[in-house]
Amino acid sequence: MQENQQTICTAFLCKTDSSSSEDYNRRLLIKLQTPTSLEKCDAFTMSFVEYSDVIQDGDVAIVYLGIDSTMPIKVQKGAQTQTRYGVIRHSTDLIGQRYGSKVTCSKGGWVHVLHPTPELWTVSLPHRTQILYTTDIATITMMLELKPGSVVCESGTGSGSLSHAILRTIAPTGHLHTVEFHQQRAEKVAEEFKEHRVDHLVTVRNQDVCKDGFGVTGVADAVFLDIPSPWEAVRHAKTALKRQGGRVCSFSPCIEQVQKTCQALMDQGFEELSSVEVLLRVHDVRVVSMPLPDFGPDPSAPPGPDSRGEAPNHASIALKTTTPPREIPGHTGYLTFATKPRT
Amino acid sequence: MADNGDEDSEYRIKVGDCVVLKRGDIFKAMQIQLGKKVIFEKQWIFLDKTVGQLYSTTFDIVSGGNLLPQKPKNADDASDAKEAGTDNRNIVDDGKSQKLTRDDIETLKEQGLKGQEIIQQLIDNSSTFRDKTEYAQDKYIKKKKKKYENTVTILKPSCRILAMMYHGREPGKICHLRYDTLAQMLTLGNVHAGSKVLVFETCAGLVLGSVMERMGGHGSVVQMYPGGGPVRAGMESFGFPAHFHDTLHEFPICHVNALLAGTLDTTGKHSSAVEKQSDKDKEKEQNQPEAEQAGEQQDGPEDPNMETVTAEEARVEKEKKEKEKRKEAKAQEKRMKLAAAVAQLEGRNADGLIIASRFHPSSVVMGLLKFLAPSRPFVIYSQYKEALIECFTKLKEHGGTVNVRLTDTWLRHYQVLPNRTHPLLLMSGGGGYLLSGTTVATDTAKPSGSQRVEEPAAKRQKLTDTEG
Repeated sequence: MQENQQTICTAFLCKTDSSSSEDYNRRLLIKLQTPTSLEKCDAFTMSFVEYSDVIQDGDVAIVYLGIDSTMPIKVQKGAQTQTRYGVIRHSTDLIGQRYGSKVTCSKGGWVHVLHPTPELWTVSLPHRTQILYTTDIATITMMLELKPGSVVCESGTGSGSLSHAILRTIAPTGHLHTVEFHQQRAEKVAEEFKEHRVDHLVTVRNQDVCKDGFGVTGVADAVFLDIPSPWEAVRHAKTALKRQGGRVCSFSPCIEQVQKTCQALMDQGFEELSSVEVLLRVHDVRVVSMPLPDFGPDPSAPPGPDSRGEAPNHASIALKTTTPPREIPGHTGYLTFATKPRT
Repeated sequence: MADNGDEDSEYRIKVGDCVVLKRGDIFKAMQIQLGKKVIFEKQWIFLDKTVGQLYSTTFDIVSGGNLLPQKPKNADDASDAKEAGTDNRNIVDDGKSQKLTRDDIETLKEQGLKGQEIIQQLIDNSSTFRDKTEYAQDKYIKKKKKKYENTVTILKPSCRILAMMYHGREPGKICHLRYDTLAQMLTLGNVHAGSKVLVFETCAGLVLGSVMERMGGHGSVVQMYPGGGPVRAGMESFGFPAHFHDTLHEFPICHVNALLAGTLDTTGKHSSAVEKQSDKDKEKEQNQPEAEQAGEQQDGPEDPNMETVTAEEARVEKEKKEKEKRKEAKAQEKRMKLAAAVAQLEGRNADGLIIASRFHPSSVVMGLLKFLAPSRPFVIYSQYKEALIECFTKLKEHGGTVNVRLTDTWLRHYQVLPNRTHPLLLMSGGGGYLLSGTTVATDTAKPSGSQRVEEPAAKRQKLTDTEG
């Protein structure tokens, strides 16, 4: 059943036939037949790959409540959203307002409504899996040499955190082939791509990359692997990459995985292997006040012009500095990069 | 290789291409010019023979500095007859283990032996090699390879390669901006095709080039530059196609205040006396090329004529005018460029601001942030944290920004080998600091006194008390 999953349609049909989500199935087929016609992205509509100025019905906006506190909203006429500062009424508070505006909520508190970006999405998206964060994503994007027009293969899709960042970078002419073996996750993320108006740039496949590969051959400039056993997918990565060569990256939390993946990469003729770890360090800016010690009156000191006699009791120095957070993520995963030479 | 040449044509090295030479971890950006001697790793080489070859080809450097494409690697070079010791208890560092002397090696080199062959000779003449452990043997070969392998790989430039090259070769030129920090900037700045990005940098043009690569020739980039003119060497090393340059604008920061105040004059009507002259000269402009030629002809063989005086005078006069005209044309071009940049900036609706400079970031960002639309990201790089702390405070006082964070990244490379995986012994001590955030609208409501969560200073001031 899985052996002839040449096209996306059959891949989806095979997977979804047995399930009850026929609606979804149909929708996907429509999407696949007319990949770009459903929702045209004109310059004035919000999309994750293009800025717009004004919030409109149907947009996805990011409510900024505070640092490390954001939430995505699907803007809908007549709808309301609860926040800890009170209710936001979409029709009056959002639609027609400029992105970046301050919105006063019912309880008198206020929030800012921001235009979505892949980075804001990463910190506000609904987690269905562990996700990749911006620090790793930035490194992956540069080291895979992604740019507008790149064709990229990715697995697993997970919650789509990296996918959105890839799509932003490869738009308007690139394409992302993303493979997720978990059916509901694949469906959910495909839905999100549509809501975020990037679906014309991406093909979601619900299959097992280790068994069935990426569903494309010789088209990719870059391949990204975030799966439990990346070494089993290395040959598929090679198949998916262009004959002229390309870059590959594997993300793994465990060093044993890295070891096995590197071995597989070397066996498959990949070159320039490089494994790195990159961590974000946040510096909280604050003013600290450091008291000065009181050594008592100093008889040897020449009498000062101001004859106060002794130093004030509570002398202290205010210092503007940074402190590290008490705890930070100390490990996310190892990133292994390699180059596929021309074959 | 030659079977489908058409398909590969864009992957072939051409005269005039910007390329990067690579050996091991060493990179050097170059332009392919015929007959030009270039120096790479203390060696003179000619790149002529690379023309028509495919990118990513590795070449052997042969006599005369010529390059010879290497044949595709043979499965496994040497090292079959494995004979290895178990540990190093019997290895004594007495400096006598290598029987070949410096001179012997030089002679081998002169005989034209390739790197691989020299290494084999070294192994054969080492009395201790066989006693070394398998791991130590690998390490030995690797070390010798680095020393004697005489190869160079030609790469197509990319942001990754150039950022690593600058960081490795000339970190001072790019304010010690490490490549992963640059990667953060491009992502935090949401740099993407179709947007309008302002760049202010003193990183040799590397940051500018990286931004342009991520825009792919769609949208526009305005380089805000200090001093007499924009620095772009790093950007030019990317070898962008011509249409990329159409999206690039430049604006001297010395005009920022005037532009913000609305007093900047780009028409040049009130500029100077030179301007007025241009109108008069306009009719003559068509004659310019001919006049120039005439001038040159006279320059060549000295005319032993009696009319020298008048001819000379006329020539001087002409040259003067030429010079003025050229100057004027340049000024005109500059004005047009300025006007184009002003058109980009006037709406104050830029989509992103990227700063990486040796200037104090506070004043730079306060001046340039005004050109951003609300809900757009900005990223400021500085080599020094203190500068960004001050900048952070300024931004907080001023309002109009949210999500402001001061960060840096920690980068560690790993050696991954069977049973020998560990972090590399050396790592970069720091890659610089970033201050990033998002603009918000200020027109509707001024930032009130009751700033919430955003103000760690106010909230945490107790820190010293509680911990003291």
